[in-house]
Amino acid sequence: MTLQVADLRTVLDTPRGVVRAVDGIDFELRKGECFALVGESGSGKSMTALSLMRLLPEAGRIASGRVSLGDVDLLGLPEAAMRAVRGRRVAMIFQEPATALNPVLTCGKQIVEVIQRHMNSSFEDAKEKSLQLLRAVGIDDAERRFDEYPFQLSGGLKQRVMIAGALAVDPEVLIADEPTTALDVTIQAQILDLLVKLQAERGMALLLITHDLGVVAKVAQRVAVMYAGEIVEVAEREAFFRAPQHPYSQKLFAALPGAGQRGELAVIRGQVPPLTQPFNHCRFADRCDFVFDRCRVEAPQLLEPARGHFARCFLREEGLAPPRQTLSAITKSASEESRDSILLEVKDVKVHFPIRRGVFRRTVGYVKAVDGVSLELRAGRTLAIVGESGSGKTTLGKGVLQLIEPTAGTVIFQEQTISGKSRAELRPLRGAMQIVFQDPYASLNPRLRVSEILLEGMRSLRIGANDAERIAQLGKLLTEVGLPAETLDRYPHEFSGGQRQRIAIARALAVNPKLIVCDEPTSALDVSVQAQILNLLRSLQERFGIAYLFITHNIAVVDYLAHEVAVMLKGRIVERGAVDAVLRNPQHDYTRQLLAAVPRVD
Amino acid sequence: MPFKPVLLWTDLLLWLLVAGTAIYVWYCYRRPHLAAPWGRVFQSRTAIASTVVLAAFVGMTLADSLHFRPRIGSGSEGAAQYSNEVLSVLDVAFAYLRERRERTYSAPLATRLYAKDQIESSTGAPTRDYPKLTYGGAHLQDESAHGRDIALRAGLGASLAVAAAFLLSLLRRRLSRWRPNVPWSAGLWTFAVLLLLTVPLLVLSTGYHVFGTDKVGQDVFYQSLKSIRTALVIATLSTVTMLPFGVLFGIVAGYFRGWIDDVIQYLYTTLNSIPGVLLIAAAVLMMQVYIDTHPQLFPTAADRADVRLLLLCIILGVTSWTGLTRLLRGETLKLSQLEYIQAAHAFGVSSARILGRHILPNVAHIVIITLVMDFSGLVLAEAVLSYVGVGVDPATISFGTMINAARLEMGREPIVWWSLAAAFAFMLVLVLAANLLADAVRDGFDPRVRVGSVPV
Amino acid sequence: MLAYIVRRVLYAILILIGVNLITFVLFFFVNSPDDMARMQLGAKYVTPDALQKWKADHGYDKPLLWNSKASGPGKATETIFYEKSLRLFAFDFGAAEDGRNIGNEIRTRMGPSLALQIPVFVVALCVNITFALFLAFFRATYLDFWGVVLCVAMMSISTLFYIIGGQYLISKVWHLFPISGYAGGLDAWRFVLLPVIIGVVSSFGSSARLYRTLFLEEYSKDYVRTARAKGLAERVVMFRHVLQNAMIPILTGVVAAIPFLFMGALLSESFFGIPGLGSYTIDAIQAQDFAVVRSMVFLGAVLYIIGLLLTDISYTLVDPRVRFD
Repeated sequence: MTLQVADLRTVLDTPRGVVRAVDGIDFELRKGECFALVGESGSGKSMTALSLMRLLPEAGRIASGRVSLGDVDLLGLPEAAMRAVRGRRVAMIFQEPATALNPVLTCGKQIVEVIQRHMNSSFEDAKEKSLQLLRAVGIDDAERRFDEYPFQLSGGLKQRVMIAGALAVDPEVLIADEPTTALDVTIQAQILDLLVKLQAERGMALLLITHDLGVVAKVAQRVAVMYAGEIVEVAEREAFFRAPQHPYSQKLFAALPGAGQRGELAVIRGQVPPLTQPFNHCRFADRCDFVFDRCRVEAPQLLEPARGHFARCFLREEGLAPPRQTLSAITKSASEESRDSILLEVKDVKVHFPIRRGVFRRTVGYVKAVDGVSLELRAGRTLAIVGESGSGKTTLGKGVLQLIEPTAGTVIFQEQTISGKSRAELRPLRGAMQIVFQDPYASLNPRLRVSEILLEGMRSLRIGANDAERIAQLGKLLTEVGLPAETLDRYPHEFSGGQRQRIAIARALAVNPKLIVCDEPTSALDVSVQAQILNLLRSLQERFGIAYLFITHNIAVVDYLAHEVAVMLKGRIVERGAVDAVLRNPQHDYTRQLLAAVPRVD
Repeated sequence: MPFKPVLLWTDLLLWLLVAGTAIYVWYCYRRPHLAAPWGRVFQSRTAIASTVVLAAFVGMTLADSLHFRPRIGSGSEGAAQYSNEVLSVLDVAFAYLRERRERTYSAPLATRLYAKDQIESSTGAPTRDYPKLTYGGAHLQDESAHGRDIALRAGLGASLAVAAAFLLSLLRRRLSRWRPNVPWSAGLWTFAVLLLLTVPLLVLSTGYHVFGTDKVGQDVFYQSLKSIRTALVIATLSTVTMLPFGVLFGIVAGYFRGWIDDVIQYLYTTLNSIPGVLLIAAAVLMMQVYIDTHPQLFPTAADRADVRLLLLCIILGVTSWTGLTRLLRGETLKLSQLEYIQAAHAFGVSSARILGRHILPNVAHIVIITLVMDFSGLVLAEAVLSYVGVGVDPATISFGTMINAARLEMGREPIVWWSLAAAFAFMLVLVLAANLLADAVRDGFDPRVRVGSVPV
Repeated sequence: MLAYIVRRVLYAILILIGVNLITFVLFFFVNSPDDMARMQLGAKYVTPDALQKWKADHGYDKPLLWNSKASGPGKATETIFYEKSLRLFAFDFGAAEDGRNIGNEIRTRMGPSLALQIPVFVVALCVNITFALFLAFFRATYLDFWGVVLCVAMMSISTLFYIIGGQYLISKVWHLFPISGYAGGLDAWRFVLLPVIIGVVSSFGSSARLYRTLFLEEYSKDYVRTARAKGLAERVVMFRHVLQNAMIPILTGVVAAIPFLFMGALLSESFFGIPGLGSYTIDAIQAQDFAVVRSMVFLGAVLYIIGLLLTDISYTLVDPRVRFD
């Protein structure tokens, strides 16, 4: 029994016009295989998944195509019959386990509900089955969890409950839409292992929707790459990872940071074309390094340069592309050891948040977000703070900049103790220490023009004599971060995520900092955009000698950018040292676990 | 000068409000991100239609907010003497309605009074019959032509309206070229319907009391027109007078948190805990006592009624302020966690600047939504409060006083229905238009809960 | 949990003190007792003697805050603040303008108020939720559109018109029910039925629309998609998932209103001549009986605060996220 998708087209009615979110895709999901649909945001991969389930949002509709499960045409079924398919034959799990479970029903009820819907069994039988399922997805105390509400469970447990519910009546196909994106890397590894194990045991087909090539490498047997509503490449995993055939896929690999990459990361220039237009040329043409005239006048079909390996590119008429270069880790030479002065010294810093209880809100305890952290950073170097969610790494970053007042400990910056200083005392130092945030959408005030945003800090810190002088400086600065000068007169909403992050970096640079705290600056961005930002950060460091305190959960980024690394767990630093030492030869158990959990492409 | 301008308090505030709105419109016009939500609002047909209706009401209000005292001759030393009566432009335009007083009730379009009375017949013998009206239908030579005359005048009015509407429809193409996304036809159709309803009424009103007369013989149509200003003054000034405090308290509480937040929260919980009507009643009663015991402060009756109206607005504002503050406090709490606020902190930007440049512009949409949403509620509240006896000055014409007066006559046989019906119709149109516009504004500014939207 | 409730109760007392101060300032500082006496007596009868007598009769002849003439604790207790404001905390409301005990009035009038308000409350809740569910079920169809238009139109009509129109149609034209009046016991239904219907109708527009919005908000949540992905029928999705979640804000909002049922319906009671607290309040306002108004303000605040407490408690009952926190 296979799931076959033929020429599926899904459109969304938006104020800007009809968006062709999925524009004629074909693929086949074979029994018992794991098929991964990979793409960056906006590629149409999630819309594809929802189309298969016929669970599109209200603005979406399936324009044409055929989805057949065995000999049943899913798109032709009446809604009532389709409901009998959902959950029974095709089940689905979603990205955000925190919101995908009903908050007011117990976990048990949400599983029992599926069983009773499709199996006609009594509550007792269904409960017994649910408990088995909970155990099967690796929940130890199934009886207790059965009666608990979703908010009482951690993210990983919630996703396990979701999986238990999805597998309750042994579906033939499981669609997993970014099932681990919201989870920490160690939990991600567990969930992926679980999915692979369950799939093998039950012989069901798994359609995995993801943006992460590492995840694909770990679990998929076959891969399809989506770009701008189309599938541009389909292949077996080994073939795909050895020699990707479409220029877009090749670029995706080249843009991945990692130990093997030491120079510039490859970037994909431009942006995904708007999907409101019909295409009669290659959708990737404007961003492709190999573009030639034909690409602009004719839309390529899927070609099959090698058996079972398809690519939507005219170049493949000439045969296979050569294998990807896999780079072995380059060890940084000892000469990179810095002799520069110490810029930032953090001594035993603690940030505790009081827990208040009782009638008079007395403090009964503390959340020890940062619990005695010491580190030092030399000028012009990058120190990465790595940790999972809740490890206190962001709080540490803000504590260093005195955006949150540390409970204890000292922060010495440029040989001055800055902890405990008042706002007014800190202001002269503010220019030298800046911050870049994670979310490029929340970090720029939507009501101000870019010029106002950039001027704010300069005015506050009295950089430049007047606005005319400042604007002149900003012109140079924008070139520096790779934005056109007319950016100044526009509003943030006119820019993409990557461009916004450049603006945010320019805002920090405008006051000539010596230290920038980068709080997950690339984790909200697609891989190709992430590469641009990482390149930018690196070149800025080389030219201006800025030191970065780089907060991240992404080991690959650390490997690419950082000189030193500190691993954080529960508010403490468990291991600290040069990047090569820590990542290649981890000493602490937790570091080892963390490194082992990272899915790798090579 | 043939008149002496008078600027009542509510006039002043209303015109300030008009000026403020004009500045806001101009400001939005030049900033695409501020204009965008309004663009969304005015892509809705109901928004355009209700704006046209509201514009008509606002026009009436403004015409009724230009007050003056007419000159009634020269004094001994040539100094001009002015009447004690304060009139507005609207009063002058509809002077014929204001001045034509009957003796008591008469039905809409009637030629005779509602109640029988002793009259002298043509022969001189006193009989008991319905007396002829002094003004209503007085132009008729023959009362049997009554029906034909009405039809004729209504027809004339309707044809005038149709002609005017046709002329306007010629504008459509030009408007569409100017702003192609706006559904102009909805606005033009509404305008046409409005004309079709009002022009015949106006034509008829020259010869009749189109909505009848009340107990003291005053024209109900005139009363309805005068009520519009009262309703709009209450609906707008109530919120506007308290807006600065509500906004300031809200964002200050949300931004600074700590004890400032505690104090402000305590303040609004306490105010909230007193049931609205009772708080208003208590405050209005006290205000009444104050006004009654200090008559020297108010030179004319118009001044007194106006101050009372303004105080009522402020009292209503005090009670509605808490809701806005709570909303803004919540939103500011959320906003101040956002990264662009933290970035401002990282530059050492002062709190006042953060509040003014980052917080205030980003909560402005809540203020606008609250303003338009409160509007209709306040129009309705006026009627209820006037009924309870804590509304406007009894001398001020308002929907509430109209209903209140008419209610007392409910027991009469046949029933005196026209005052109620007129108030009902005017209020329904006004409030419905306001509600529909409020819906469109909320959808345009806060597209969170819009059915059929794309969740991306 | 217990600590939380205790904390809320303490806060409630703090608020009552605030309310008390506000009313005291409003009633005794804005206008002096002399002003009020003049008001009550009417301009013609104001003589210094009459003023003094009126003040003495009503207990306004004492100093506001501090009685230096009295001795001992009397310095504090023989004052207007103590007699008129602090005594409210003991629910000692004193006497009305006509000399009747306000506390007794409140007790006897609560019955008729509840006889009217409880049916309005229950029926309106059922009707509005049902209609809102109906609209939410048919969301984004013409049925929904016109349903919302109906709601908006109905909320654009003043309650006064519902009452006057209802009274006119049902009592005068169709002669179905008595136009006004009240009888105790089981006979009450004949007098209460019409006001109940009108009460339900006048709350319909705004409530039904609000509930619809709440339902739609829930409909857009992720867990609804999960429920559909399980193959559940739309009916089940609606009743088991959406309704249960949307009922949390609806119920807790409704619970806050329950204490206010005691206050009666201002307009209905006064129009239909039902001797409840609503008409008592209106009569007091129209007669400018400050003692009664003051008492009702305090009573209203107490009920509001009880409502706040009930809301807190009901949250812990219906929302597991709060219950286990």
